Amino acid sequence: MADLSVNIGQLALRNPVMTASGTFGYGLEFQDFVDLSELGGIVVKGTTLHPREGNPYPRMAETASGMLNCVGLQNKGVDYFCEHIYPQAKDLPTRVIVNVSGSAIEDYVETARRIDELERIPAIELNISCPNVRQGGMAFGVTCEGAASVTRAVRKAYGKTLIVKLSPNVTDIAEIARAVEAEGADSVALINTLMGMAIDAEKRKRILSIGTGGLSGPAVKPVALRMVYQVAKAVKIPVVGLGGIMTATDAVEFLLAGATAVEIGTANFIDPSVTEKVVRGIDEYLARHGFSSVKEIIGALED
Amino acid sequence: MRVTSTECVGAGCVLLRLRPEEGHLPECRPGQFAQLRVDGPGVFLRRPISIHDVEGDEISFLVQVVGEGTRWLADLKVGDRLNVVMPLGNGFSMPASEGRVLLVGGGVGVAPLLYQGKALKEQGIPFAFLLGARTKDLLLRLDAFRQLGDVYVTTEDGSEGERGFVTQHSQLSASDGRWTMIQTCGPTPMMRAVARYAQERGIPCEVSLENKMACGVGACLCCVQQTTEGHKCVCTDGPVFDAQMIIDN
Repeated sequence: MADLSVNIGQLALRNPVMTASGTFGYGLEFQDFVDLSELGGIVVKGTTLHPREGNPYPRMAETASGMLNCVGLQNKGVDYFCEHIYPQAKDLPTRVIVNVSGSAIEDYVETARRIDELERIPAIELNISCPNVRQGGMAFGVTCEGAASVTRAVRKAYGKTLIVKLSPNVTDIAEIARAVEAEGADSVALINTLMGMAIDAEKRKRILSIGTGGLSGPAVKPVALRMVYQVAKAVKIPVVGLGGIMTATDAVEFLLAGATAVEIGTANFIDPSVTEKVVRGIDEYLARHGFSSVKEIIGALED
Repeated sequence: MRVTSTECVGAGCVLLRLRPEEGHLPECRPGQFAQLRVDGPGVFLRRPISIHDVEGDEISFLVQVVGEGTRWLADLKVGDRLNVVMPLGNGFSMPASEGRVLLVGGGVGVAPLLYQGKALKEQGIPFAFLLGARTKDLLLRLDAFRQLGDVYVTTEDGSEGERGFVTQHSQLSASDGRWTMIQTCGPTPMMRAVARYAQERGIPCEVSLENKMACGVGACLCCVQQTTEGHKCVCTDGPVFDAQMIIDN
């Protein structure tokens, strides 16, 4: 077996395969399907300072090779996470990373501060790219100033590995990546969902309750690959790549494009044990091509 | 799993029977559902389908063709393989043995009631079915229901049973307290009317919902139902809910 370990800042992962926020619950929901000790890490559901009910139903529309969602960061808040989820999550046999979301800089900072106190959470993923909340969320992620200001504030308050999750709904994602790198982010993760819409022609209505939603699944993979490639060229910090990964080959493509690790999201809904299969598939790829470490294929595209 | 039989049962529905390729069927409670993987063109997500019946290691689903995904499922042939995640969700509760349970179904919503009727019968709990449809041809699997217990029928055009909606059936208009629990599955307006009927008479009522779903295991939070306790996942907190929790939502 090849060496699959990678590092994201101070965060050492046993392999580059993680789960994407909002697609794997708190890991506990998938224990029947996946041996969590086989995963590099899991990124748990977006957590905010205060509880959020999220958007009304309907929140989901199936699309060609993907789906739209407008869940809107439904979660029980950081206190609930610390008191009720963490006691179970801390003993999971993998790295547990918390996705931190918010609608004001102070909220992000306070949430990050509380997560910082949890010994067994080695990293946060700062979500400045949720397209489904009215205030904050993506608003921070679509300008360099916004992305920089929230990263700067959280960096001051949070000492462990800080991954910033970027929005693809921008003109130049590399510019945003550079802005958060300059403020001390240890890594960037991309892409969050692409904003989209679904319409019911018979009813002449928009399907999702808030009208728009975030597109995920294989439909977005080519866009995500291109953005990971561009960002990996633009920054020195490690890039976490995600967007439509369904197979080990998809994951390898992201690594080749320059990602140090990957996250698997929507694919968990189709095959709840897909993450383990991707880990095994990456190992098989490395063996087939004679690589002894997964690090050898990161950004290793030939001309 | 492998398809052991398929049967057209009218109303655009197919009765699909499956068996595990090896080992035994996991224990399933009535009212639970399965996520069936569709490998057809133009379909991305699994399709959540309620468990219609279980006989030994054989499970059956009543699939109504409403789109590409269910069309693909309906076109499966004997011997075909199907990837199934199951059992999912909570299922109907099993009431105390001294009561009498009315199982009210409409359209393809009758599907989970057959297995619940079987479970009630095994427990020795008296029960009956009240099944409704627009017209006679849309009543599903009446013979199978009749083998388990009393079946009362309404059709909107009067072509079978009493004319009207299920809530207008004489079994419900008689206010003699003969039903101590109602469990229902069907179109939303029907379930709402049944739930109101039960509420007005103080009869405990459970409804089975079918909100649009992605993961089926409580991770994506797409299928939520507004309840008196906030948003609840239909896949893991349901699909069966106490009607009191959702009647006004």
